[in-house]
Amino acid sequence: MTAMTREETEALIQEVLEVYPEQARKDRAKHLAVNDQSLEKSNKCITSNRKSLPGVMTIRGCAYAGSKGVVWGPIKDMIHISHGPVGCGQYSRAGRRNYYVGTTGVNTFGTMNFTSDFQEKDIVFGGDKKLAKIITEIEQLFPLNKGISVQSECPIGLIGDDIEAVSKKANKEIGKPVVPVRCEGFRGVSQSLGHHIANDAIRDWVLENRDGDESFPTTPYDVAVIGDYNIGGDAWASRTLLEEMGLRVVAQWSGDGTIAEMEKTPKVKLNLIHCYRSMNYIARHMEEKYNIPWIEYNFFGPTKIAESLRKIAALFDETIQAGAERVIERYKSEYDAVIAKYRPRLEGKRVMLYVGGLRPRHVIGAYEDLGMEVVGTGYEFGHNDDYDRTIKEMGNATLIYDDVTGYEFEEFVKKVKPDLIGSGIKEKYIFQKMGVPFRQMHSWDYSGPYHGYDGFAIFARDMDMTINNPCWKQIKAPWKTAANEQAAVAASAA
Amino acid sequence: MPNVMLKKNAEGKLVFYVPKKDLEEVAVSVEFDSPQQWGGEVVLGDGSKYYFDPQTPPKFPITLRAKRLDSGEE
Repeated sequence: MTAMTREETEALIQEVLEVYPEQARKDRAKHLAVNDQSLEKSNKCITSNRKSLPGVMTIRGCAYAGSKGVVWGPIKDMIHISHGPVGCGQYSRAGRRNYYVGTTGVNTFGTMNFTSDFQEKDIVFGGDKKLAKIITEIEQLFPLNKGISVQSECPIGLIGDDIEAVSKKANKEIGKPVVPVRCEGFRGVSQSLGHHIANDAIRDWVLENRDGDESFPTTPYDVAVIGDYNIGGDAWASRTLLEEMGLRVVAQWSGDGTIAEMEKTPKVKLNLIHCYRSMNYIARHMEEKYNIPWIEYNFFGPTKIAESLRKIAALFDETIQAGAERVIERYKSEYDAVIAKYRPRLEGKRVMLYVGGLRPRHVIGAYEDLGMEVVGTGYEFGHNDDYDRTIKEMGNATLIYDDVTGYEFEEFVKKVKPDLIGSGIKEKYIFQKMGVPFRQMHSWDYSGPYHGYDGFAIFARDMDMTINNPCWKQIKAPWKTAANEQAAVAASAA
Repeated sequence: MPNVMLKKNAEGKLVFYVPKKDLEEVAVSVEFDSPQQWGGEVVLGDGSKYYFDPQTPPKFPITLRAKRLDSGEE
């Protein structure tokens, strides 16, 4: 199918909206748009970060997911207590595959689940005493932890527990940071507010710990990688490039990160933001308080990597600028070989994305490097500023959908007929059963890394093995072939 | 009375950011912008207008309270 015109795309949106009751139709219409590159601001065409409509299938998460799952969870040498009933922590345990080095249970705790396991009596009488006891127990059982964070689940806010007081007291007792995070799931419309709350907690409880302490030797080339969660090893693939060009990566936020790194971040010269959505808040704060500039970068696909490396290098002296060129040159034969191998197999394939954070716009470049075209994209929990940054990346007249519902996404796919869908686990099996190749792009379908030059080779291989997998030809049930169906009709008529 | 994060971008223009509103805009004009005095009416790229109490020029980036005069919508 050739690209759709603006009119066709608009008609498609109208057609999909038709089944909704009037109120819902009016509301959803604001979240679906046809991309227009001439627009400077997204608020002219799309509304985002609004409450999902009751009754539609949204795939958003909650504030707890944003704080515990995304921002705090990957900090490996801290213990993150899921404070409340057991389920929130257990069902989200280790699901994001934030890789780290260390001995789990001894000095790192990333894949473990710590919870206060609330029972009825804790709801009735309050859970503060239990929390204090848990912190003491943790300290006895895991003495090598470097700090504790208290991630609130819904009941904590509802019953009004004073986790701040408990944390302050525990902090004095154990002499390590104990951070209360008010990320109850009911706050906000999606996980996005959880990111913000988590950022604010870092700002208030961690960032200023080493203010006035100049014992950490700095260099003019210190940077921090912010908003890379090391999914499948992403941050490592990014970090090697930065180090190779001569920069010193002081901190990784928060994939494979430690609390000591976070405390040292105010000493760096530049903050590099990968996931803008979840960590721009802290970068803006550091800019104001510590005068550290920040820039966004994109390490998906060789075109964007080269662009980003040069952009980063431009803020340093000639040695780094030469370093950037050297890095690009060094990997050139590698990524040229990847493109030469996979581009002929993927050329012209059309992709629809629906993910969260930075990926709806960041991975476009990587697909384009492989000759593929992104024909629809959308954010689960993006804000205006995300869409502002998306308009220019996407082709004209392509579909943009915010907080798309299960129904809308299915209908779009039926009409647009993409060759590949990149979305989450909740969509995966629907589309696979429809016979559409699918990649789970939240945690790279258990593959990865996808960042950096090393990641691009894996990305290209994964896309190829999904799209060109022979299984898609076998997806139709044998009794549903055209000949059999005619026979069935004839049989039922007889 | 939103709290506004103000900074200068690479071109030296004033950038306006209101966290909870996701408003990120470049200021088109600032009423008082001299070494003696800064503030007054600030017009943004989207047509909205804000007012800052005239003051000695602050050191950017900084968070200041602004009064919203005009949302820029018809």
